Amino acid sequence: MAECAHGLLAEFDSPETLTSAAKEARKAGYRNLEAFTPFPVEGLAQILKLPQPNIPWIGLIGGIAGGSFALLMQCYVSYDFPLNVGGRPLYAISAFAVVMFELTILFSALSMIVGMLWQNGLPRLNYPLFGASRFYLASKDRFFLCIDADDSEFDEVRTLAFLRQLGASSVELVK
Amino acid sequence: MTDRSTDILPVGQSMGGVSDQLTGIPLHFPVERRWLIAMVVASALLLLLMVSVIALFTRGVGIWGINIPVNWAFAIHNYVWWLGIGHAGTLISALLLLTQSEWRNSLNRFAETMTLFAVVCAGIYPVLHLGRPWYIYWMFPYPATMNVWPQFRSPLEWDIWAVLTYLTVSLAFWYTGLIPDLAAARDRATTRGWQIFFGITALGWRGSAVHWLRWSQTYRLTAGLAVPLVVSVHSEVSLLFAAGQIPGWHSTIFPPYFVMGAAFSGFAVVSIIAISLRSWFGLKNLVTDEHLDLLGKVLLATGLMTAYGYVFEVFGALYSGEAHELQTLSDRLTGAYAWTYWGAIVFNFIPLQALWWRGVRRTGWSLTLISIAVVIGMWLERYMILVTSLYRDFLVSSWGAFTPSFWDWSTYFGTIGLFLVPFLIAIRVIPLISIFETEELLHEEKEHG
Repeated sequence: MAECAHGLLAEFDSPETLTSAAKEARKAGYRNLEAFTPFPVEGLAQILKLPQPNIPWIGLIGGIAGGSFALLMQCYVSYDFPLNVGGRPLYAISAFAVVMFELTILFSALSMIVGMLWQNGLPRLNYPLFGASRFYLASKDRFFLCIDADDSEFDEVRTLAFLRQLGASSVELVK
Repeated sequence: MTDRSTDILPVGQSMGGVSDQLTGIPLHFPVERRWLIAMVVASALLLLLMVSVIALFTRGVGIWGINIPVNWAFAIHNYVWWLGIGHAGTLISALLLLTQSEWRNSLNRFAETMTLFAVVCAGIYPVLHLGRPWYIYWMFPYPATMNVWPQFRSPLEWDIWAVLTYLTVSLAFWYTGLIPDLAAARDRATTRGWQIFFGITALGWRGSAVHWLRWSQTYRLTAGLAVPLVVSVHSEVSLLFAAGQIPGWHSTIFPPYFVMGAAFSGFAVVSIIAISLRSWFGLKNLVTDEHLDLLGKVLLATGLMTAYGYVFEVFGALYSGEAHELQTLSDRLTGAYAWTYWGAIVFNFIPLQALWWRGVRRTGWSLTLISIAVVIGMWLERYMILVTSLYRDFLVSSWGAFTPSFWDWSTYFGTIGLFLVPFLIAIRVIPLISIFETEELLHEEKEHG
């Protein structure tokens, strides 16, 4: 995955120009690409060939863990201190279902959110890109494409010219 | 995508303009004076709550009007009422996200914020009602020296798990949706204080494509979990009643009946907040008459479903033919507290019928008045469900009455302060409409329309 800690950052003024530029860059053989947009842009993940995230699996595992924890906890409590309430069953699955359901959701949701932040490497308050002079517009209405300096095709002069030719309104070297 | 979503926001707005407008609200707060006045009123109410709670802790729950047989009154009644209001925030945000109803994008942020603080107001009530609130930790399973554990076969124990889960998941969902907007505000901030505040809370979000991919998946899946969670939480609350044998409570209709009533009252509060905020902050370009129209329709629909619940509650009692059920029914319709029953019917369902007219739905003041009537009506309904079932149950010798005391009222009005103070702070410091989702919608509209 392109970290884009060092590379050329090109600015585009619409999602369409960004996606077509990304397509061209892939075609030209660049592989270490990363895009920065104010909102999720449809189709960008396919163009950049980003791997499908594993968030659903994290959620599934979290949910199973939460549900089993709740079931075991409630059974253990009944086992450790059996309380006969009008002859009702000690291991009352129907009564335990509510807490099981709640903890399934709690563990699942929290593990997905923590997992998402973890995989995204957040919180990380500073980042080399934040030094770029126009990058603050990436959260407003500008769309950025970064070609990492690690890329085998990267050449400061040639890549800069290439990005300009794709219609970038500004290109900046990030260190 | 429906056709409607293509024209929900007026055309000709630029993404940058919307972003500046919305980040400008916390950064260059436009309504300082009105906000301060509201804050003074809200703080006074919060102070009232503090005084009431100190009085309660020093003198005990006897200062409330509760006694045998009506030992669950304002504390549980307002608990259910506040929690119900909170549910609409999650439904707007999560359910409408899943159904791709883009009109939610102008409403979900403050609706979710409303949820958080409404759940806090709800959550403190059972704790206050404990009598000895410092023993709240007995509700949690910890290895106690007396070797006892909480009773997991009781709805009272389910309650704490449901409400704490709901609060935690709502908070996490709200914050996840907020991160990109905090980053937008960080990038617009010009003063040191705001830069530090948004810089830390945005967690260093930079809008990278791979981050968005993981983020979207997480947000949608969490929304998918939040919808059944809402239904389960208020169903569980209804089991506090329905799992007991008290006539008027012991009914299978209770879970859906409670969930519908909750959504009904919550959408009413969302409408009130939406209309107030759009006139305060000049947001008519984002919270349009079209939004009010849709809110009005949802309010009407949930209201009619609640009315259906009323009909079937009566039908259930009649069909059972059980003497105590019939007696409770007649107590509700004609007894000492009949005013709560008829009050609920009148406030909930009579003004509501005006919403069949398009003009009424699209006018701010008329929708506000109807929503206020619904909030009052639902408050009366919860009062009615609590008191009319308890004041005359099986044993004639233990019949009694309930009159709320001064401290009942002061605690209740105080919780309104507990809701308003953090809510006013929230609209002061965070973008109160989701910026990136609005931008996304504007972009889609431009593409398709």
